[in-house]
Amino acid sequence: MAAKITLRVNGKKRTVQVDPATPLLYVLRNQLELNGPKYGCGLEQCGSCLVLLDGKAVPSCRMPVEAVKDQSVVTLEGLTRKNGELHPVPRAFVQQQAAQCGYCLNGMVIAAVALLAENRHPDDDAIRNGLQRVLCRCGTQARVIRAVSQAAQEAQP
Amino acid sequence: MKKTRSATPVSRRDFLKGAGCLTIGFPLLGGEWPAAYFPGAMPAAPPEDTLPGSLQKQPRINAWLEILADGRVRVLTGKMELGQGIRTAIAQVAAEELDLDLDRVEVHLAETERTPHEGYTAGSGSIENSAMSVRYAAAAARQKLLALAAQKLGQPADQLTVADGGVSTRNGKRLTFAEILDGKQIEDEVRLPVALKPKGSYRWVGKAVPRQDIERMVRGEPMYVQDLRFPGMVHARVVRPAGYRARLLAFDRGPLEKEFPGLLKTVVNGDFLGVIAAEEYLAVEAHRFLKQRVRWSAPAALPEGQPLADYLKNLPGETQTVQEKGTGAREPSGGTSLRATYFKPYVMHASIGPSCAVARYEDGKLHLWSHSQGIYPMRESLVKMLGLAATQIHVVGVPGSGCYGHNGADDAAADAALLAMAYPGKHVRLQWSREDEHGWEPYGSAMRVEIEASLDGAGRIHHWHGEVWTDSHSTRPGPEAANLLAARYLEKPFRMESPGYLGGGHRNADPYYVLPHLRIIAHFFEGPLRVSSLRSLGAYANVFAVESFMDELAEKAGKDPVEFRLAHSEDERAIAVIRKVRELIRSQPVAANEGIGFAFSRYKNAATYCAVAAKVAVNTQTGDVRVRRMWAAIDAGEVINLDGIINQTEGGMIQAASWTLMEEVRFDQQHVSSLDWATYPIFRFSDVPEVEVAVINRPEQKPLGAGEAAQGPTAAAIANAVYRACGKRIRQLPIRPEKITG
Ligand code: FES
Ligand code: FES
Repeated sequence: MAAKITLRVNGKKRTVQVDPATPLLYVLRNQLELNGPKYGCGLEQCGSCLVLLDGKAVPSCRMPVEAVKDQSVVTLEGLTRKNGELHPVPRAFVQQQAAQCGYCLNGMVIAAVALLAENRHPDDDAIRNGLQRVLCRCGTQARVIRAVSQAAQEAQP
Repeated sequence: MKKTRSATPVSRRDFLKGAGCLTIGFPLLGGEWPAAYFPGAMPAAPPEDTLPGSLQKQPRINAWLEILADGRVRVLTGKMELGQGIRTAIAQVAAEELDLDLDRVEVHLAETERTPHEGYTAGSGSIENSAMSVRYAAAAARQKLLALAAQKLGQPADQLTVADGGVSTRNGKRLTFAEILDGKQIEDEVRLPVALKPKGSYRWVGKAVPRQDIERMVRGEPMYVQDLRFPGMVHARVVRPAGYRARLLAFDRGPLEKEFPGLLKTVVNGDFLGVIAAEEYLAVEAHRFLKQRVRWSAPAALPEGQPLADYLKNLPGETQTVQEKGTGAREPSGGTSLRATYFKPYVMHASIGPSCAVARYEDGKLHLWSHSQGIYPMRESLVKMLGLAATQIHVVGVPGSGCYGHNGADDAAADAALLAMAYPGKHVRLQWSREDEHGWEPYGSAMRVEIEASLDGAGRIHHWHGEVWTDSHSTRPGPEAANLLAARYLEKPFRMESPGYLGGGHRNADPYYVLPHLRIIAHFFEGPLRVSSLRSLGAYANVFAVESFMDELAEKAGKDPVEFRLAHSEDERAIAVIRKVRELIRSQPVAANEGIGFAFSRYKNAATYCAVAAKVAVNTQTGDVRVRRMWAAIDAGEVINLDGIINQTEGGMIQAASWTLMEEVRFDQQHVSSLDWATYPIFRFSDVPEVEVAVINRPEQKPLGAGEAAQGPTAAAIANAVYRACGKRIRQLPIRPEKITG
């Protein structure tokens, strides 16, 4: 059943040998050994597994890997520059200490990056809307909102 | 008691400046951080006459810290990182006593045979036990290093200085810690008196030191047990029964093996059923296949559709009087009296990442990687379940998703161990599904609380009679095997014995107020669902009841609810947090459909003080309740990490607000039916209030855990706010719209 599939992940071409129905999440985590996207529900309910697919935040837990062959996939890892410098969104999360266990952080950061790409000056409501699909059980949402608005402010020209 | 003096609010930048060097490498921006309030001047360390609990059991210095050749110090803790930031707090106290930079301290989390046995990472005890043990061990290490250096350098110890991982003389001769010890470790025991660093010269402790691990998280570094990868690692899933008591009927491997020829192993042991595959997705598919086809015996019915509050009250069980003061209760006092019944349903931990473990069995030795809160106690249970000796089981604690108590972590480890022993020689990674976690974790018990009280002619409480109905709040592993889920389903099953009556259920049932006559009775039942420790245990339901009732009594007495509490308080620290919250909400505008509610408790009546206020908006047409803002004032004694306390308290309020407004584990006759985020919704961003936390620092007091102080007050503050907003007194949680409109 396994087939060769070539993906574009974090700017690189990667070829994997998997069942084409395998959800993208498992390929990213197991074949490509990326830690950013996390398994939370496998039901597209929690946002733990979000990745950027052609710039849009989408859950990867049910998306068959063969469906994304022609698209660009960016994971949390792909946001860090080659020289190690952090992207402004994750940097704001660090500065605001917007995490407890951090398991939800991937979804938070990916959703925030996608939001800011669409709306550079989101207000409180827009931030909440943009992150609505991402669950956090530790209750860090108030900090996450602060982090996203900080990142938005810093990105202002 | 000194008078509380509010310091000028300190911005985050100032804190970080105060914290000296920073290892995160960018400018600090962003809004003000909440201020801490420092009462009085910083005293010198108080004389201590006892060692912290964990240290009494493991007094050797090198059980707690090791001097590394490169000048760093490794601290060993028996506790787990759960997202509460314990790694950072422990590094702070060690760096403080040894005058090190923070990044020179490495923290090694719980591991059997490597770190001290510190029981469970629970009950808000990690700061009090582990961090304080490390403080004493580090201070004792410093004394020892100075004494040895004095010999080697030929100078009296009081002429020497400790800095940067070394000891130097005034004329510049210097030895590193490792040189002083000639590469050995300090095997002495910590003995009193230990000279602790004077608190006034702290560089790290008490500051909002940023956690180092958050940067590693955003970089996607491997942090969690879910991220472990080993060469040749295989993937497993367990098929759970159709209900708690369901039994596997016939099981035919034929169709499974035909459909999935690539499966490496199907493990059947009694009613325990697991699959192992090289590819995770194959294990997932095989699991799905089995879920649909495997037939189970009809399980014993759960009490579907019965009003739980009454059902639980009528279950047989043990009754105990747990508190009695004055002449007991229920005496007419000449004033008025009031009674009310409160209820809290089953609530789940609901970790965002389902439980996971990796196990490998080879040559008679089992290695296990787990996010358990108590690796040593879990090992005791594993010894019984697996028939191995403790020396054959090596458990490495690796953080998982936040757990907030006893969730599926230990069960997943037990599953992985069983599968690895059936498939030796490979690392077996066992991942629970969302449905496994929702449907099988041990919940926080449903509870019923009845209170009756009377007021005297002056509007003061004369007597208070409280009764609590509760299941157990601890069925953690250690030593019984049956506390591990899988053990109950093996060919030779272990029977779950009732853990007997434990105190967690009536925690905070006795109000922390001055009451002349008091009686608290606890009834212990064995309810229909699997239960164990959930953050704050019984305190959540009890404080919800007590503090809702305080508002009801205040109204009856014609008093302001905050004044009414102050009039029944005599502990200065309680009074200080109550006043502080009142100050925070003083200038809050309140619209016609809004209300502000208030509540207070001292966790366990012996630990952290916390007062909470909540502002809600109620739509009486739709029943929609929104928590707009919440405020907390918290006194957790000596502050170790200021931002750690703030983060825990913010998160505690948000989580408990979600419990209070939305959460209830549902079940049908067969099993739990709250199996995903649609059937067990929790707060999303649109529901989350703004939060503000004021910390009262008490450097002269013992440091206390802060993670469990806000839950109970949050529930009552919200219920009290709802009452003020719309006149509806909700006594049965959760506060769902139909209770407002009904
Ligand atoms: S894991 Fe994909 S949304 Fe939950
Ligand atoms: S920080 Fe733990 S789930 Fe969000």
